[in-house]
Amino acid sequence: MQFHGYQDLRSRLLSGELTCEQVITDYLQRIESSRDDNIFTAVFHDEAMARARELDNKLQRGEEPGKLFGMPIAIKDNISMKGAPLSCASKILAGYESVYDATVIERMLAEDAIFVGRTNMDEFAMGSSNENSAIGPVPNPYDKTRVPGGSSGGSAAAVAGDLAMVALGSDTGGSVRQPAGFCNIVGLKPTYGRISRYGLVAFASSFDQIGLLAANCDDAALVLGVIAGKDEHDATSSHHDVPEYDTTMDHVSIEGLRIGVPRAFFPESLNADVAGVVKAGLKKLEEAGAELVEIDLPESDYAIAAYYILVTAEASSNLARFDGARYGYRSPDSPDLSSMYVNSRTEGFGAEVKRRIMLGTYVLSAGYYDTYYKKAQQVRRVFQDKYREAFEKVDVIFGPTSPFPPFGIGDKMDNPLEMYLADVFTVPASIVGMPAISVPVGFDSLGLPVGVHLICNFFEEGKMLGIARHLQTLCQTVPSN
Amino acid sequence: MSVTKENVAYIAELARLKFTDAEQEKMTSELNMILHYIEKLNEVDTEGVEPLSTIHDQINVLRADVEHTPLSNEEALRNAPDKQDRFFKVPKVIG
Repeated sequence: MQFHGYQDLRSRLLSGELTCEQVITDYLQRIESSRDDNIFTAVFHDEAMARARELDNKLQRGEEPGKLFGMPIAIKDNISMKGAPLSCASKILAGYESVYDATVIERMLAEDAIFVGRTNMDEFAMGSSNENSAIGPVPNPYDKTRVPGGSSGGSAAAVAGDLAMVALGSDTGGSVRQPAGFCNIVGLKPTYGRISRYGLVAFASSFDQIGLLAANCDDAALVLGVIAGKDEHDATSSHHDVPEYDTTMDHVSIEGLRIGVPRAFFPESLNADVAGVVKAGLKKLEEAGAELVEIDLPESDYAIAAYYILVTAEASSNLARFDGARYGYRSPDSPDLSSMYVNSRTEGFGAEVKRRIMLGTYVLSAGYYDTYYKKAQQVRRVFQDKYREAFEKVDVIFGPTSPFPPFGIGDKMDNPLEMYLADVFTVPASIVGMPAISVPVGFDSLGLPVGVHLICNFFEEGKMLGIARHLQTLCQTVPSN
Repeated sequence: MSVTKENVAYIAELARLKFTDAEQEKMTSELNMILHYIEKLNEVDTEGVEPLSTIHDQINVLRADVEHTPLSNEEALRNAPDKQDRFFKVPKVIG
């Protein structure tokens, strides 16, 4: 059972050619047969089947179907869904069960979506390969010896393998976009504040955004339209109106589009094979009538340096709540309160999480605040000012999603800094808070997926999705299934 | 700037984490590698630049100060590692 995107599935459901029960049965069977790939941390078999039947009945009763009627969706294991387990792929949350619905879940349920399961990830969304997971790595669907990217590696692999039509992820510095690039799908990080984070486990609060992974831009736009917008439970959610994304997308034309091509995104260290595929995509846009504009942006290395000060500082504070007292893992070796804290955290957190808590605690400790944290916040403003300036001259900023193709499982686990550099092209958009998307544009000489990374100005998700859709069409990477 | 093994032991104490001697050794060299990379930031001229702490234009979003119960006592205690009556139970503080 295969579909040309959600509209195809929807029309076949509404015409009565198929039922939600048949569709979900099919998806659950595929999930079952991919079990060895470790993509899901939990599968909602019975719940999804019950909901499918309930939706079929709803349609039979003649009630109006919701915007996401029957859409099979996977959620990253750091988004709360009442009554379901939530682990953040960490031992410290083993056995935890959410006691409320995230706003995004509530809004999708109200539009008749069906959740099929929770997906594997780097522990607490810290990583670029999905290897920092307490339940083990996930193979890349295009080469099982390689990583699917991270931290939303399970969500990307789920959509790439058609185990879900759309998956929710979270993106702090590239955690939706980089795995989307590695798995040949679309990955969208919206403007900071566009989607409520109520119910998303916090990692770095001035960066975290819920994002979307989908096979095509239309499906991503549809779901974005449902979950975006003001939420009284999240003070950082934006009150900007949510536009009709499909209409905005339809108005985007490549003819006369000004594409900013910064040297900062094409350094000498960029993998030549990746550069070739990315530039071929750019050429197609130029041939379709776009104007290429050279722009000057600060080197992305500075964004990485500022990023790892700010996110580790915020993480060290956000993860202080995991102390063994109220929820999560408590060490059996807890004779007094102090040892309960220390032993629960030491036994519960994995290596990368500890490394980031340590770095963040250090940069915030007495005497170093100005040197690190304040300096990084100043650099953050320098970046934001430069990007604002760039958008006076261009409509979109173009570059590769990743400096190299998907790497081998284990290749970067001994060198944390090398792993951090995997996000060199995705972090700047997170530093400035603007929306960005990874679009599949082709394959390198080894047959590994290559993604193009587009950044637009604040709240221009519709325009960005429109450009991305054109690019996907020009590069013929819209799945034919 | 670099950290010593003693610094790492002190930071671990602040972060409520414990490391073996070998782990402390490894953490020291990893943190120094990352801190060395971070020094790049000194190349960026930030003289007189106001630090950026709020990403968008909404500052001080307020809501009505109305009492409500987002979680019942029972729900709040559902994931407790140990509890007694209506309370979280933890080991004694003073030995």
